[in-house]
Amino acid sequence: MNERVSIKTLNLTKAFGDNIAVDNLNLEIKKGELFGLVGPDGAGKTTTMRLLTAITEPTSGEAWVAGHSILKEGERIKEKIGYMSQRFGLYEDLAVMENIIFYADLYEVPQKERPRRIERLLGFSNLTPFKDRLAGKLSGGMKQKLGLACALIHTPEVLFLDEPTSGVEPVSRRDFWRILYDLLKEEVTIFVSTKVKKSLGLPMVEIWSDNARMATDIIREIDGVKNVSIYGERLHITLEKKEIIDEITVRLNSEGLKVIDSREILPSLEDIFISMVEKK
Amino acid sequence: MKFLRIKAIAKKELIQIWRDPFSLAMVFVMPVMLLFIFGYAITLDVNNLTTIVYDLDRSSSSRELVAKFSESGYFTIIEHIDDDKDIDKYLDSGKARIAIAIPADFSKNITTGKNPQLQVIIDGSDSNTATIAMGYISAISELYSQRLKGIKITPVIDPRVRVWYNPELKSRNFIIPGLIAVIMAIIAALLTSLTFAREWERGTMEQLISTPVKGPELITGKLIPYFLIGFIDMAVAVLIGTIIFDVPLRGNIFLLMAVSSVFLFGGLSLGILISIVAKSQLVASQMSMVITFLPSFLLSGFMYPIANMPAILQIITHVIPARYFVAILKGIFLKGSILKLLAMDVLLLLIFGLIVFTVANRKFKKRVI
Repeated sequence: MNERVSIKTLNLTKAFGDNIAVDNLNLEIKKGELFGLVGPDGAGKTTTMRLLTAITEPTSGEAWVAGHSILKEGERIKEKIGYMSQRFGLYEDLAVMENIIFYADLYEVPQKERPRRIERLLGFSNLTPFKDRLAGKLSGGMKQKLGLACALIHTPEVLFLDEPTSGVEPVSRRDFWRILYDLLKEEVTIFVSTKVKKSLGLPMVEIWSDNARMATDIIREIDGVKNVSIYGERLHITLEKKEIIDEITVRLNSEGLKVIDSREILPSLEDIFISMVEKK
Repeated sequence: MKFLRIKAIAKKELIQIWRDPFSLAMVFVMPVMLLFIFGYAITLDVNNLTTIVYDLDRSSSSRELVAKFSESGYFTIIEHIDDDKDIDKYLDSGKARIAIAIPADFSKNITTGKNPQLQVIIDGSDSNTATIAMGYISAISELYSQRLKGIKITPVIDPRVRVWYNPELKSRNFIIPGLIAVIMAIIAALLTSLTFAREWERGTMEQLISTPVKGPELITGKLIPYFLIGFIDMAVAVLIGTIIFDVPLRGNIFLLMAVSSVFLFGGLSLGILISIVAKSQLVASQMSMVITFLPSFLLSGFMYPIANMPAILQIITHVIPARYFVAILKGIFLKGSILKLLAMDVLLLLIFGLIVFTVANRKFKKRVI
């Protein structure tokens, strides 16, 4: 495997009975890259994470992380990675420092390096004033940062973060990403999963029209409209640019159809499913 | 196995127990509570048997016999009745459990050298008590007739029974050591049965198995704090047994604690195995109760002698570790047994512990599914 490649998967597949959670996944991620695994709930993000962190065995296929096979050298991988599970995985009845030291012990971080590393991790995560507080008494954002600090205590080569910022308020989320960007400068590979959000790149709008079916055909003709689907009396439209909604309103009005209301929405699982089916 | 990791896990586990009032109560209060409840509740001694007397003879001989009964301390004469219908009334209502009826010719038969008769009616609804009461009654009448023979020299075999190890035949003396063994069997498995299941339930296990920590390190690290707690529980139980229940400890206390450690190792490992297999705290605690409570109570020979059990049950008792521990504790407490005499039982306990520990290590996988 290439020195510069940090994660590589080859037809990686995981099935739970008939349900195929990860289907022939092939990807290659270079050292120091930030890789985002984006998808709705149930898309297999967590399963992919667990496969790559060697805590789940694949049904077929193979993958290499930090130069080690997930099939044969899972335990070697665990020395070189940091993992933050989707659910808060630290001990709520242990204080911030106690959690960090616990993980430092498990990763066998040398005693003489500890003060410097812990100080740095607490510093960038702004947890220094809370180091004696029980982890269970921290806010959501602080919990995430503590999770990150524990996952970084042994300076891993690859960092796996499963939906790290879900349920975290925007300011903390911004802080969190800032920390991650700093890590990239140190050649840490970051593999992060996130739910489908606006971050997909394409905006999505929902409009109400008095004759949805007729409106669908008209809207499909307009430039920049990626997809239209009917939801009862409403239409879900995927657009290249948000501004196209104005043109839609004008066109519908000229055809005698009234737009009652329109707003930007997050795509639902159904939206994504429909768009995938239509693509095929 | 890395010492640093084992230490980290043991320390973490100890902090968690210490900060959780429920855990603390369970590990320290429960064994003491069980010991008191069962220690006081289970007694096979029979005394203060409520007795009524229906004396038709009303002679000095009959009064002497009745006096023998009440002097024994086992019988409490609550009433002298004049009507035989009252016997039914007293026994039916449960006011009396024994009725002694002395026929009118009792003293006459004694003086004429015939065999005097005595009728005793026992409430047999509690067969255990009835059997023991029957023993007392025949012993007392035996003593009385011996006294009657007086100067008459009749060469009869005179067995002098001497009860060893528990001369007063106090049932508490053999119940408490066995009870300590049974309680420790239950507590040991219960203590550790939640540790792995709790981590799976709270989601901390997923984080833990993504680190390089090894299964045996995790299991050993979790065993250590519970071993210390189990050791303290054992010491407290022995203290309560000897000081409060007044059971003699004739053997060596160090031998007792050393053998208990061997037993604890097996019991705690069993709890860990249950925890690994169950993956949920509810299932784990129920499993540990079913696996340890009933067999330890019924099949360890703690209350019911193994020799009296049906052959199939006798075979089953061999795989119940509490069986050996009960025998060991009774031996050390009452007989002052030394290690040489207990070696076989101790060895079997050690083998049990090693097997369960090995299986637990095999069963634990650092995998989510």
